[in-house]
Amino acid sequence: MKRARIAWAGAVHDAVEAGGQLELLTPAYRGRRLGFDEVVWLPPLAPMPPHRPRTVLALGLNYADHARELAFKPPEEPLAFAKGEASLIGHRAHTVRPAGVQNMHYECELAVVIGREAKGVKRADAYDFVAGYTVANDFAIRDYLENWYRPNLRVKNRDTCTPIGPWLVDAADVPDPMALKLQTTVDGKLTQSGSTADMVFDLPTLIEYFSSFMTLYPGDLILTGTPDGVVDCPVGAVVVCEIEGIGALQTTMVAQANS
Amino acid sequence: MRAGPLPSAPTDARSAEAPPVSAALMQEPPAPVAGARRWLPRGTVYGTLLNFRGEFDLWAAKMAEPPYKAAPQAPVLYVKTANTFAPGGASIAVPGEVWVGPTLGLVIGNSESNRAPAQAGRPQAAMDTIVIGGVPVAGCVLLNDLSLPHTSYYRPAIRFRNRDGFLACGAQPVPAAAVDLAALHIEAWVNGALVQTVDLATLVRDAATLLADVNAFMTLQPGDVLLLGTDCLPDGSRPLARAGDAVELRAPGFAPLVNRLVEEGAAS
Repeated sequence: MKRARIAWAGAVHDAVEAGGQLELLTPAYRGRRLGFDEVVWLPPLAPMPPHRPRTVLALGLNYADHARELAFKPPEEPLAFAKGEASLIGHRAHTVRPAGVQNMHYECELAVVIGREAKGVKRADAYDFVAGYTVANDFAIRDYLENWYRPNLRVKNRDTCTPIGPWLVDAADVPDPMALKLQTTVDGKLTQSGSTADMVFDLPTLIEYFSSFMTLYPGDLILTGTPDGVVDCPVGAVVVCEIEGIGALQTTMVAQANS
Repeated sequence: MRAGPLPSAPTDARSAEAPPVSAALMQEPPAPVAGARRWLPRGTVYGTLLNFRGEFDLWAAKMAEPPYKAAPQAPVLYVKTANTFAPGGASIAVPGEVWVGPTLGLVIGNSESNRAPAQAGRPQAAMDTIVIGGVPVAGCVLLNDLSLPHTSYYRPAIRFRNRDGFLACGAQPVPAAAVDLAALHIEAWVNGALVQTVDLATLVRDAATLLADVNAFMTLQPGDVLLLGTDCLPDGSRPLARAGDAVELRAPGFAPLVNRLVEEGAAS
């Protein structure tokens, strides 16, 4: 099942994909179908309970080719950082490009949504703790890179700069998440192409690693890194990050207001 | 492992050899001040690196060298994830020595709550929100930002900083208007011995500057918490604690924050 969270008719709704449309789960409208362009797409994630802000973990240099592209040796231990939920934004949304930056690039990533509380999980059991998968675009602005806790949050934790969606695809519907084609187009031109098979640390390894020292909770996210082929995205560009069987996440670059 | 009650007295051999602990620490943790309640953050918690002049100056000579190559320009932040939240009184499991990290957190408020018309009929907490550095701050809270020791600040320190229970959280935040941020001293005590006094007058970025500089690149949300940073000792080291230790933070106007460290695997 492909699940979405959308705004329509003055309220937020959970919906599922049905025959190329969105079918609402809201009791008052249950069964009503809407076209994809009739709604506002939100991140396909249920709200977290009180006092448990969503943990958003992201990987750097987790594809060997991308590490080479950036002139880094692939890491021996996962290079992970944490983001705030406030940078998340939905499908078909606008991402703000600050005035004057020279290199703001997308990063198409398989995003994993945790389904069960996970601590001390072994690789072999890791998939039991996954609720599903979605696509994330973990934008980076290289102009702001500094070598302190790199990638620093000024690069990675900006408002509107982590599009995610459109769908949360149930784990049961993704037989092998470690063999999915992944690509990005900018204004329809293919700029990035890879496979999740080429991750340095695969998903079971990442879940084992994180859960060895921290508890992951349902709804927490792991953004698993991006392969090579990142390019600058100017204002007006339409960026589509797509992962086979998971979805195509579209973002339009816009200028900063008052700039 | 986070919810266990604080043992009434140290039980391991090491504690028995330690200098005499104060009477207060041999007993139950101090009673919270009137009205104080157990509190945990509801938003994202951001920590700030290198925000005390003492530590910054010790680092200055190394900043131009690889891998850093330059002094940090923007605030260097990290996230303390939800799994790190531990209330005062909780036992915190540690795998070895940890850095004790006394700090003050600024709890972000709702900008609407500071407008006079919006305050009619509001609870006192909402009326206490003040704007600092252009950001509404509802309150200040005492926190112990624990970390495993690490010597490099080049890569993010998730494995060191984001272990379960590694952010001990003080009782209900104190209204920001009631705290003199520029004059506050926070003391860290381990087993009844004073190990560090942190002076908020020595911040690199004071609260207003830090809030403004952070908000320039990301919007802090109501309920988020921005930590002002942790300091090192004069020699550049950090106060350390280990399993069996009782760690207490004290600051004027705040309820003491007491947590006991326990061996990983032995907690719960």
